[in-house]
Amino acid sequence: MKSQITDKQFKRITRRELLKLTPVLALGAFAIPALQKPLLKAGLGFSDWVSAKMFRTGHLAPTFADSELTPFPKFPINGYDVADPGIDFDKWNLTVSGAVRKPGDYILAQVQTLPKFNQNTRHICVEGWDVIGNFGGVHLSDFLKMVGADMTARFVYVECADDYYETLDMETALHPQTMLCYEMYDQPLTREHGAPLRLTIPTKVGYKQAKYLTDLKVTNVLQRVGYWEDQGYSYFYGL
Amino acid sequence: MSTQAIAIENAKAGEVSEAVYEHPFLVRLCHWVNAVALFVMIGSGLQIFRAFPSFGAKIPQKDLINWPESFAIGGWLGGALQWHLTFMWIYIATGLVYIGYQIFSGNYKQVLFVRRNLPGVWPMVRYYFFFGPKPPVREAYNPLQKHAYTSAIGLGVLSVLTGFAVWKPVQFSWLAWMMGGFHWARLWHFLIMWAILAFVFGHLVMVVLHGWNNFVSMLTGWKKNPEYLPK
Repeated sequence: MKSQITDKQFKRITRRELLKLTPVLALGAFAIPALQKPLLKAGLGFSDWVSAKMFRTGHLAPTFADSELTPFPKFPINGYDVADPGIDFDKWNLTVSGAVRKPGDYILAQVQTLPKFNQNTRHICVEGWDVIGNFGGVHLSDFLKMVGADMTARFVYVECADDYYETLDMETALHPQTMLCYEMYDQPLTREHGAPLRLTIPTKVGYKQAKYLTDLKVTNVLQRVGYWEDQGYSYFYGL
Repeated sequence: MSTQAIAIENAKAGEVSEAVYEHPFLVRLCHWVNAVALFVMIGSGLQIFRAFPSFGAKIPQKDLINWPESFAIGGWLGGALQWHLTFMWIYIATGLVYIGYQIFSGNYKQVLFVRRNLPGVWPMVRYYFFFGPKPPVREAYNPLQKHAYTSAIGLGVLSVLTGFAVWKPVQFSWLAWMMGGFHWARLWHFLIMWAILAFVFGHLVMVVLHGWNNFVSMLTGWKKNPEYLPK
């Protein structure tokens, strides 16, 4: 049995059905200049929140055989401004501050007293390229223990010789593969790769892995987040 | 069943036409929101690709293709990532709501390509591309159409899976591994975009060819005098 309606009734039904789709127009908010920035910021913030939730402290990034390594000369150098900020290695030290029991200036030899480890891990740039490198250094978590850091603090903030700066969440800072790196391919770190001390973090994208460290601060409050983050890149960017 | 027809009486013209409610509300809503999200995902994806337009080594880098910025969304890598990482949630949400609704309502039968539809594909291809005779129209979607939509939904799922392998190759290391590693996941993600674009192109051509009445059905849900109703 087919129901019968009038032309008018049909028009009323179809109009109502069409109007039900008006929520689609809400997407137009992204086209309004005044709303676009905050909306995209919220979207990126949501992605960062999900990323932090997805991050598993015990889950290790894949490691690779020596035969899979990218040859050292083909390991790209992506400094944001200079390849060599002109550090005087003899005078260099890492200034530790913030929520730590033993603040002060740490020289490389002090860092090197901690147990050394090596790993072949994938380095992924936000641009899309990736290489597998060999890195040697110490666990950042060991160093944080050495300086008596408050592990319940939220952030590990670092500054660099070339006025680059970065912030790590404490969970990532304590991850077993997060490294204070002073060697690549069994050789002391070269200047363009961040000598004398850099971060390598196989669970983060490249720009989080700051080079030529000069300052490290354990803190709950941030004046600024990171060189790229403060221009609109993702803060967490966990891989 | 949603394909129940109603009769519409136009007293003035003294005519009776028929209409079928072909596209339920959630299907239409997801279709249009997803269409916008897909547009943004592809546009911002192309801008992201411009940062490293290659699938080989960074050193030495061989650029594959560098399309103009006017084909892309976001203006720069950071901007494009904001669009991409925002609209991916809209893209995923509409996909999940759509698939969930289709399964629970049983409406998937209208779209899903099954083995029974296989013999009907070639006659439709012959009709569209080789001037063959028009096969009889028996239901809302013909076999070729079902094949196209089912493939498109499959590609949508793959675009999300490959995307997660590129975005989270450590947390989803098994996913990246299944795709042949991060390198390959990025290539698959890119190729799937082109496959989706090919579908969109064919889809738009068909929408134009089939005219206004067919197009409006995706807005109101109702299609007037569909061919498959018994005359």
